[in-house]
Amino acid sequence: MPVRVQREDFDVARELERLRAGDARIGAIASFVGLVRDVSEASEVRAMTLEHYPGMTEKALAQIVEEARSRWNIVDALIVHRIGELKPGDQIVLAAVAGEHRGEAFAACEFIMDYLKTRAPFWKKEQTPAGERWVEARASDEEKASRW
Amino acid sequence: MVQLIYLARLREAFGLATESVALPHGVGTVAALLAWLSRRGGPWAAELAPGRAVRVAVNHDVARGETPVRAGDEVALFPPVTGG
Repeated sequence: MPVRVQREDFDVARELERLRAGDARIGAIASFVGLVRDVSEASEVRAMTLEHYPGMTEKALAQIVEEARSRWNIVDALIVHRIGELKPGDQIVLAAVAGEHRGEAFAACEFIMDYLKTRAPFWKKEQTPAGERWVEARASDEEKASRW
Repeated sequence: MVQLIYLARLREAFGLATESVALPHGVGTVAALLAWLSRRGGPWAAELAPGRAVRVAVNHDVARGETPVRAGDEVALFPPVTGG
């Protein structure tokens, strides 16, 4: 499965090991890990809850991986995204791309994250000292995704 | 019947996660469905007002205003996404 949505944490080393397993064509793995920060535009963040739309989220992530495969010559790709309650410092998302060379792996990995940010149905709610707030979508994320 | 799913901020605003509705005569697109729901008033009118950023998916695919809605469809309403 190249995409997973899960409550549990993930082990990056193990995930990358699995991604490259048994394919000696792979000369490069580019990966991105997104983390929960303890600040946002508004204030201090004590915790964060991530919600998704079961069924559609997995489908959207799989479509993003397929789109990356169609645009770049890559060997394999992986997305793991967590849901539920997370604390500052926790891992949220892993995107990893295995390819023959680094150029395509870097580009495809950045593409996957830009598309995930703007197309995959996940929503973040922050717990701050002033109460809960839903995170607003950012125009800069849309601009980054539109580059591709 | 159409299964409506409300997610994230919209679920909280409506106080409802899902409902099953019979489409009235003449409501056959996403735009018509949103207009019909907004006539419930209160949070429906506020959240679905023109200009508010509401995203819609029909059967797990991103939809536009002109996307058809038919009996048996699953239609989800949600705010712009913020994952990653």
